[in-house]
Amino acid sequence: MADTAESERASYGGSEHAGETRRDFLVVSAGALGILGGLIALWPFVDQMNPAKDVLALASTEVDLGPVQVGQRLTAKWRGKPVFIAHRTAKEIQEAESVPVASLRDPETDASRVKKKDWLVVIGVCTHLGCIPLGQKADDPRGPYGGWFCPCHGSIYDTSARIRQGPAPLNLFVPPYEFTKPTLIKIG
Amino acid sequence: MAATHHGNQPAADTSPPASLPAGGHNRIIRWIDYRLPFVSFIEHETTAYPTPKNLNYWWNFGSLAGIMLIIMIISGIVLAMHYVPSGDHAFNSVEDIRRDVNFGWLLRNIHASGASMFFIVVYIHLFRGLYYGSYKYPRELLWMLGVVILLLMMATAFMGYVLPWGQMSYWGATVITNLFSAIPWIGQYIVTWLWGGFTVGDPTLNRFFALHYLLPFVIVAVVGLHLIALHRHGSNNPLGIEHRGPQDTVPFHPYYTVKDLFGLCIFLLIYSVFIFYATDFLMNPDNSIPANPMVTPPHIVPEWYFLPFYAILRSVPNKLFGVTLMFSSILVLFFLPWLDTSPVRSARFRPWYRVICWLLPLDLIALGWVGANPPAGVVVTIGQFATAYYFLHFLVLIPLIGKFERPKPLPMSIGEAVLQAGSHLVPSGSTERR
Repeated sequence: MADTAESERASYGGSEHAGETRRDFLVVSAGALGILGGLIALWPFVDQMNPAKDVLALASTEVDLGPVQVGQRLTAKWRGKPVFIAHRTAKEIQEAESVPVASLRDPETDASRVKKKDWLVVIGVCTHLGCIPLGQKADDPRGPYGGWFCPCHGSIYDTSARIRQGPAPLNLFVPPYEFTKPTLIKIG
Repeated sequence: MAATHHGNQPAADTSPPASLPAGGHNRIIRWIDYRLPFVSFIEHETTAYPTPKNLNYWWNFGSLAGIMLIIMIISGIVLAMHYVPSGDHAFNSVEDIRRDVNFGWLLRNIHASGASMFFIVVYIHLFRGLYYGSYKYPRELLWMLGVVILLLMMATAFMGYVLPWGQMSYWGATVITNLFSAIPWIGQYIVTWLWGGFTVGDPTLNRFFALHYLLPFVIVAVVGLHLIALHRHGSNNPLGIEHRGPQDTVPFHPYYTVKDLFGLCIFLLIYSVFIFYATDFLMNPDNSIPANPMVTPPHIVPEWYFLPFYAILRSVPNKLFGVTLMFSSILVLFFLPWLDTSPVRSARFRPWYRVICWLLPLDLIALGWVGANPPAGVVVTIGQFATAYYFLHFLVLIPLIGKFERPKPLPMSIGEAVLQAGSHLVPSGSTERR
């Protein structure tokens, strides 16, 4: 069998060098193209699971901070997620600023996390496994740092919503937002 | 087998009426079997299939698991005829099934309690394999296919639990899908891809429904491979020694079909208690509250069958490490055939392994208790010890005991051991006490 294949190859104008024939080249290139084409054909079946266009086309949210008293916390909804807005007391601000940054798991200064000292705006989704931490209501448990406490796996955040204890690796995220008026913010 | 062109060659010595071809006297069946050897296949795998004659009731749980798979598929298909996979209607459609659909309450209870029954049966089946060393040569692939089935079951059960769209469904889905965010760099993209949005929502529910419908049929396929691998070398047995001939075996049918049916009756009685009298005993009351993406329940717990793994996840105060440890707790089972260095299979003849083999379920019960309680104080400490012990069991104790333990002498053959037990008129189940 091998002999006939060899002679066939030779008689159809293949190269004389053993192991490197036109047929080998065709097999390799056709195979490579086939695999590449297969992967490209697979992509729509994978990408269909990514967020659809109507999900991506998310409007920004405006929140009126006027009625929120000092010490109160407000929950807004943005991209289907809760956004925690805290009107912080002087004591809370002082506590957030006095922490030595180097001692934090995810070191960030309080100043880098707020636009105005009085207002903390963060996405209220625990960076561990996505639960919503408690602490928005006055009678919620807020943990020893007076911030937020995640009931699922015990992550504890401080008054700058930075991770202080528990399994979460990161501080609560600060969403993109801006003050359009002194007491009006636009999130997104 | 018998109906081949080489008809003058005697059929395998195992087919009982050796003079008759498969299908017996019936010409039509013989005609079909010659072209499609279905009947001879069934005969070969049942009436002719040699099974060790000393199997005890631990060996009932394989067939029980198969029956549970069929019950879940049938009840699931009819439930899907009434269920609506949409965030607005899912919760209400399940309530509708429970109240309005004819016998909907029954079908829903069969399916919902069935998940728990399926897992308890499979966990006992798995423990049987651990205790009697069923994972050892030459049944390594049989065991690994079983672990694949377990993983597929876990994925299916998780997605099924999301479908009623209660609070625990929603937040369970959030927590479990977020496990993938622990993957460095690409984690968050994978989670968004799984969700089809920025939170668990309608797209998530729809795809979970599609996959929850698909995966059981994948399980059926892997169960098929599991059975092919099983029938290659036959069942292990409580003595853990290979059968060496007809004196050691009985045909699977009728001997074990009858025994399996008897076990099935007992099992169905217990299952019925949950279906008819303890409908929501194994459910979390929070799942009777419709899903609310803005409020996390104060205490998230998975179903009981996931509690030990959930406890392992929570025992480490580091996200990536916790997630890795949780997945490793199942993946370690794949390596068990090579971690266990002892040539003896059955724990009956392994005094030390026998002890730690019973400690493992105790450890898992402790982990389950930890998983069911809020992660604070002594619960965390116990969880950490129990997690450490779980891995100690597989990675240290099993390899070491295999090396240093002195096993008791093995009987010469299954037949001899059975006859000895019988000569004292002791039921075979109590040979354990010798």
